[in-house]
Amino acid sequence: MATDDDRGLHSKAEEFLQVFKKGAEFTGELMRENERLRYRVLQLEEASRSTEGRTGASDESLRLTARIKELEQEKEEILGRIREVEEENEDFATRYVEIEQENNNLANLYIASYQLHSTLDFKEVLQIITEIVINLIGAEEFAIMLLDEKTNELQAVATEGLEREDVPSVKFGNGVIGEVAKSGESYFVEDVGSYEPDMAAPMVCIPLKIKEHVIGALVIYKLLQQKSKFAQVDYELFTLLAGHAATAIFSSRLYSDSERKLSTIQGFLDLLTR
Amino acid sequence: MSEYNVLIVEDSPTMRQLISFALKRLRGIRIVEANDGVDGLKKLSAEKFDLIFTDINMPIMDGLKLVSLVRNDAGYKETPIVVITTEGAQEDRERALALGANDYITKPIQPNRILDVAKGLLKIA
Repeated sequence: MATDDDRGLHSKAEEFLQVFKKGAEFTGELMRENERLRYRVLQLEEASRSTEGRTGASDESLRLTARIKELEQEKEEILGRIREVEEENEDFATRYVEIEQENNNLANLYIASYQLHSTLDFKEVLQIITEIVINLIGAEEFAIMLLDEKTNELQAVATEGLEREDVPSVKFGNGVIGEVAKSGESYFVEDVGSYEPDMAAPMVCIPLKIKEHVIGALVIYKLLQQKSKFAQVDYELFTLLAGHAATAIFSSRLYSDSERKLSTIQGFLDLLTR
Repeated sequence: MSEYNVLIVEDSPTMRQLISFALKRLRGIRIVEANDGVDGLKKLSAEKFDLIFTDINMPIMDGLKLVSLVRNDAGYKETPIVVITTEGAQEDRERALALGANDYITKPIQPNRILDVAKGLLKIA
């Protein structure tokens, strides 16, 4: 027969079992929770690693963006430099053309000057002046007039495209030609294109002078068909002709005179010594 | 050493010098000058030329006669000839081209035109 002690023991055992069961359940719960937390920790660790990766990519992206900016800036600078170089090239090309033109002009002036002083023969000098006016200036009808100091008149000594008789003698100081000879200043019509031929009023009249002493004039009445106006070099050629042609004419006339006189004197000497 | 021999046949010393001056800007050019057609023929028979510039109006023998004689010479059938004319001398120019001239330049002479014509006919870049 069960005693009260036995019942008490049984009841305590029951309680203990209950407590043990609860403990076991609690332990099971703890273990599950532990498992869940470990899983969660793994998840978080994974997420953390992933986030770290994304942060790295973001850094690379920032670095690349910065590099792109740098390169774009460099590109802009290079494009700017190219534009500058292109502008410089254009300037050089323009300058080259100008220098080439200047070179041509200087060559023309040199040739004109060289030819004018290449002879002491009066007729040759006139021929050279004629060639220069045709070939370098481009005149078709013109005359070279010289001042006769005895009559004080300017008379044509050489013509091109005109008969010498067609060019009237002009009194020093009279009309356009006479006035040019008197003043020593060149004359040009304002508009070459609308010029109407007039023997008394040429298109161009250039005094031939040695320093301030005028010995004649170059008068132009018509330009070659393809020549519609004067270029800068033409004015320089006119200036050159004004001085050098005059000197060449003057020198050749002096030389011709001295040759003639020498020949006359030689003739007399020959007669005397026979 | 010269690569190209060029003959300038022109009675005007000014023109000869002008053409010569322009051509000397090309490298390897040797220039020989003649006073008229007869002088030109003499020079052509003495040596071989690669290009001939000739005026049309010249004493003794004019440029047209020279072009005709040069083109009838087997040794010069292919040699380029450039005639020098005035703008108004259209007939002379056409006749020269019909006789076998390759090109022409008109007075007043432009050095650049001489250079362009010479470069084109000598095939210089």
